[in-house]
Amino acid sequence: MKKELIHLQGVSKSFDGHLVLDGLDLTIYENEFVTLLGPSGCGKTTTLRLIAGFEEPDTGVVLFDGQDITHVPPNRRQVNTVFQNYALFSHMDVSGNIAFGPKIHGKSRDYIKDKIRYALKLVNLDGYEHANIVDLSGGQQQRVAIARAIVNEPRVLLLDEPLSALDRKLRRSMQLELMKIKKELGITFVFVTHDQEEALSMSDTVVVMNQGYVQQIGTPESVYNEPENAFVADFIGDSNIVDGLMVHDKLVRIQGLDFDCVDVGFGNNRPVDVQIRPEDIELHKVREGALNGTVTKVIFEGMNYNITVRAGKIEWLVKSTRVYHTGDAVSLWVDPFNIQIMNKPESEDERAMEND
Amino acid sequence: MIKSAAMRHLFALPFLLWAALFIFVPLVFVGWYGLTGGDGQWSLANVGVLLQWEYARALELSILLALVSTLVCLLVSYPLCLILTERQRSHGALIFLLFILPMWMNSLLSTMAWQTILEKNGILNQFLRLLSLPDVTLINTPAAIVIGMIYNFLPYMVLPLYVSLSKINKNVIFAARDLGASSWQTFTRVILPLSLPGAISGITMVFIPSLTTFFISGLLGGNKVLLIGNIVEQEFTMAYDWHLGSGLSLVLMIFIIINMMLTAYFDRSEGQVKK
Amino acid sequence: MMRLWKKAYVALIFLFLYAPIGVLIAQSFNASRYRGHWTGFTLQWYGELFQNEGILEALQNTITIGLSSAAVATLLGLVTCLALRGMGRRRRSVLMGVANIPLLNADIVTGISLMLLFLGLGLRLGYGTILMAHIVFNLPYVILCLMPQMLSLDRNCYDAARDLGATPLMAFRRVVLPELRPSLLAGFMLAFTMSADDFIITHFTKGAGIDTLPTEIYAELKLGIHPEMYALSTLVFVFVLVFAFLLFWNRKRMQIGQSAR
Repeated sequence: MKKELIHLQGVSKSFDGHLVLDGLDLTIYENEFVTLLGPSGCGKTTTLRLIAGFEEPDTGVVLFDGQDITHVPPNRRQVNTVFQNYALFSHMDVSGNIAFGPKIHGKSRDYIKDKIRYALKLVNLDGYEHANIVDLSGGQQQRVAIARAIVNEPRVLLLDEPLSALDRKLRRSMQLELMKIKKELGITFVFVTHDQEEALSMSDTVVVMNQGYVQQIGTPESVYNEPENAFVADFIGDSNIVDGLMVHDKLVRIQGLDFDCVDVGFGNNRPVDVQIRPEDIELHKVREGALNGTVTKVIFEGMNYNITVRAGKIEWLVKSTRVYHTGDAVSLWVDPFNIQIMNKPESEDERAMEND
Repeated sequence: MIKSAAMRHLFALPFLLWAALFIFVPLVFVGWYGLTGGDGQWSLANVGVLLQWEYARALELSILLALVSTLVCLLVSYPLCLILTERQRSHGALIFLLFILPMWMNSLLSTMAWQTILEKNGILNQFLRLLSLPDVTLINTPAAIVIGMIYNFLPYMVLPLYVSLSKINKNVIFAARDLGASSWQTFTRVILPLSLPGAISGITMVFIPSLTTFFISGLLGGNKVLLIGNIVEQEFTMAYDWHLGSGLSLVLMIFIIINMMLTAYFDRSEGQVKK
Repeated sequence: MMRLWKKAYVALIFLFLYAPIGVLIAQSFNASRYRGHWTGFTLQWYGELFQNEGILEALQNTITIGLSSAAVATLLGLVTCLALRGMGRRRRSVLMGVANIPLLNADIVTGISLMLLFLGLGLRLGYGTILMAHIVFNLPYVILCLMPQMLSLDRNCYDAARDLGATPLMAFRRVVLPELRPSLLAGFMLAFTMSADDFIITHFTKGAGIDTLPTEIYAELKLGIHPEMYALSTLVFVFVLVFAFLLFWNRKRMQIGQSAR
């Protein structure tokens, strides 16, 4: 049974008259790895800072374990933060940084010493107690920042784009390490990132945000495979998003051709957004009555070819392991199961939500 | 760190009170004294004295000498700072330190030492006699004053210029060379414009004290050369005509304001470049 | 060839900068009371320096005024910079402009204006007025040193301290202040130097019966400088020289140590 730990209720926040969060509702459960994912300016970092206590909402409340903590200062919350660019105290050495929290809480010397050793071991930095912060590499500073936060035994660890300053390879290994630390500590992680790959590979739950609104909450699989709207479909992975007409259940008309699909409940003869992943499109020989087109661009990507096919007025993006050449005539085919139907935004407000 | 606006205002308050009392009110005093006569009536007489030959001559000479010393400082500093920035960082910093150290010798004393060097039977002339060269007459001439100004204010030019030159990314210079600029073209088209903010702040920091100095001219010019700074100083400490002294100070402030505007303008354009 | 030219050029400027200092140091060992006449080597003036009450009193004034004006200016500058940091760009640049007025203004005008203020307020010129005047012209130097680091200070450092359990005051004392320490120190040192070296503003705000070293020197200029003053200046200069080099070598050693690790 999942237990609610953090609950944001109708939270709005604006800076200098600019609305960053608008009536946000969000529930985070105990022992979850939650990722707030979205483009810059979507409000994900503000959400994190509200949980940490660095900001107070204009309206709405923040509940922690059932208690209202909206106006509790950060030093009295059971959460700790790993900051973007780490925010290490450069005038202290590694153990000085890690000991900062326990010292303030009046812990004994022996306790602090043990804690430092344990934390450094956990982040794979044993022996670095007395290293200077400025002498450490980015990855090592990252580890110190994590160690500094977890020695306080927080119930929630907040991570604000902690890996954005690392190079690709290091980032990958830190991702694995973070998941290991999470398992070891058994606490809740709230992770903020704009990197969808990072979000999909690490989290239990992904919260996709844009312009201060939550767009979709779900498992990595569900946000990837069943995006609820065009923004999510577009932001996560590559997508073809085209206009369609839902003729009736399980039949959608795209570019004047009828396609079988598996979605129901969209009504009859209603305009919808149709999403098809590039890797789900198969290319075949030209055939009467199918969606036919011409290859206009081919880019080799290592794993596969990125192929652009122009069919009528629409350019389709296709990923294929077989090579095609510019000018080749092909026909596009999609398994009904891989056609994702989404409601078109109805109101102006909803449309605004989806504007990137 | 300080989040609430009320708190921010509270922190700004001491400075605002301080600035009002010790920056604005004193300048109001100068303005009031400068624009009134001894009888307390408004008058432009204290500024109008500049129409008299004696005062006009002093102002003209002050401007001339300040311009010359500023120009010489600029011309001397550019090659010097370029040479310093070419060096290894630590090496250059050490030499730089040596250039700054003389500032810790009291400026009155070192100016007086120039008297010992430049006077008729001074060290310079004795050295020239040793080489069987003719004597030079420098003491009590405008030239001696200029030497004193350069000596006292050269660090104010070297400091900002060195800082702005050492900030220039070496690759920018390589890029200019790579694109076909000669070393002279690289200097005039790349290094010079990039170091302009430093040069401007150096120019203001040398020009203003040169224009308004009184002890340098007093020590090295004898009583033969009178600068505007000497006149102002005398009005306050000897003649006790505060009205006239303030009036002349107002004239000096016109130059200072022009200088400030110049600095502000170049500060702004520097900000635009950074964008 | 080019290298030689450069070396000669730098050497020539060095000669220009250090020639008067050499003259002054030589003077301090000169048996003659009069400058320009070398009559033999002596250490007499160094001995007599410590009996010359006028000079010692001026030295004491210089040091106490320098330290206290630098301390007050640093404190005021810190509070001001904290306020400036939270402001918008426009308001900040206006206030910085105001703060810089004593720096850009001619010393003689600042000195006169402060003198008129103090007399206008009915104060007697003396130690107190010198101290206030020194704080006035020291403040912009402190702000100049402090502001860049204040602006580049990572806001997250303060937040991190709060996050780890510190109250606002604790976070300020244990994180913000130590992070600012280098520039606070630089501001303090620069302010002290400017105060100790100032002649013009002190000249106008000091009143009779009190002197700092520079005004004492100015008073002596007319009658001939006491040779003890040369001895004192030499001592101060050598002290600063040694101090600066120690600082420099120490920093360099630390840098080498860091890159070696």
